[in-house]
Amino acid sequence: MDEQFNALMLDEKDNVAVVLQTLRAGDLLSIQDEVKKVEVIKSIPYGHKAALSPIPKDHRIYKYGECMGIATQDIEEGDHVHESNVRGLTEEDKSYQEEGINIENI
Amino acid sequence: MKTFKGYRRANGSIGVRNHVVVINTAGEVAGLTKKLAGQVPGVIPIVHQAGQFQYAEDKKQTIQTLAGTAGHPNVSAALFLGMGSEDISEEIAANLKENGCHVYSIIFGGNKSISACLEEGEIWLKDALERSKQQEMEEANVTELKIGLECGGSDAWSGITANPSIGSFSDSIVFDGGTSILAETTEAVGAEHILANRAVNLEVKNRFLEIVKRFEQRAKAAGEDIKAANPSPGNKTGGLTTLEEKSLGCIKKGGNSTLMEVVDYAHSPTEKGFVFMDTPGYDVESVTGLVAGGAQIILFSTGKGSPTGSPIAPVIKIGTNPKLYKNMPEHIDVNAGKIIDQSYSFKQIGEEIYSKVLQVADGEITASEKYNNQEFSIWRLAETQ
Repeated sequence: MDEQFNALMLDEKDNVAVVLQTLRAGDLLSIQDEVKKVEVIKSIPYGHKAALSPIPKDHRIYKYGECMGIATQDIEEGDHVHESNVRGLTEEDKSYQEEGINIENI
Repeated sequence: MKTFKGYRRANGSIGVRNHVVVINTAGEVAGLTKKLAGQVPGVIPIVHQAGQFQYAEDKKQTIQTLAGTAGHPNVSAALFLGMGSEDISEEIAANLKENGCHVYSIIFGGNKSISACLEEGEIWLKDALERSKQQEMEEANVTELKIGLECGGSDAWSGITANPSIGSFSDSIVFDGGTSILAETTEAVGAEHILANRAVNLEVKNRFLEIVKRFEQRAKAAGEDIKAANPSPGNKTGGLTTLEEKSLGCIKKGGNSTLMEVVDYAHSPTEKGFVFMDTPGYDVESVTGLVAGGAQIILFSTGKGSPTGSPIAPVIKIGTNPKLYKNMPEHIDVNAGKIIDQSYSFKQIGEEIYSKVLQVADGEITASEKYNNQEFSIWRLAETQ
């Protein structure tokens, strides 16, 4: 058993973590195997996602090491990552991904 | 080298159980099949409603599934009970006999009375049961194991605790030279490009994209738009934001390994490593297909405690949350909920799953076996005639 943590990062490539218990603004989010702690800036219900770093608009959201969506606005570190600031992928996004082109640089 | 003790069959495959089964090949004799199994303690009945009044694609699917079940490495002997002049049991039995399987078929509706047929069946099954007891076990390598990956009664934690833990196990057994079979095509819709990009070659990639498209179109023909309906409002409340995220939570049971092959429902993989089988999301039909395709053991993640088992393969239940484990510990074999309340990592749970798989392969009874959960249902493609 590892040291106590309250959020799970599913892959080292991820920029979001799933919180294992409901966190309130000001709470510190801690992840398994990580020394870094993130201050939560909004209430995040358990099972939902928190941003581990600032994610600018149009950048990808990574969970499981895979792209699960695109930021629709600038997301701050510690923010709640959900429908209000993320959209799913379009066929266009997927074809870019398939060709290995980094859409963040387009 | 990781090993287990199993039962070597005439065709070279190795089973982790040594069952004697009786299977109906017509829905009409399902009741008699259960009755006959009841007359010979130790024999497992495998009953379903298929076999008659089916269009060609369903007849083919039924034959494939029943042949895969009766000829499964976990089965020592199988008796078919059929009905009528066009029954499929004799055709299936003849093919299995050629592969060295111990099978027999009895057809109701001929010149013999029902009681005479049942008596004939009882004598055959008693002899088969005696013979099965003489079968010796031998040591085998995990490279000979095929593990089916399934989820049912999923909750918001499935994709966070149990499924990534299964994925971690899957990568380990694939690394060791074994085989893991991911299924449930419907769950891949939305994240198909991710699995497709992990395909070993263009042929496998296109085959995978093809079966996902076919599934989506079948659903559309029935008036269901999978992409528009997911994630559901309940999923969103649980924290899922996009369809890709929901699908990823399911397909991550397959870890990060290279996709080696795509097989049709109830068909055996010819490649080792990480494989995908085209099955529906309904857990009973999916598990039936995985087992008929040769999976000796099934890993099954559940958040709500789906009791689904298999008549012939041990199903290992992996609970997704601590509450489920508290409420029904007798139905759960591995508690991945420890990730939530005891700070275990999914890699640790993945290792726990691997140990459990080896223990179960060696004969340890799973929760679903203990409670005789023996669900069986064949994926139907078209209408009944």
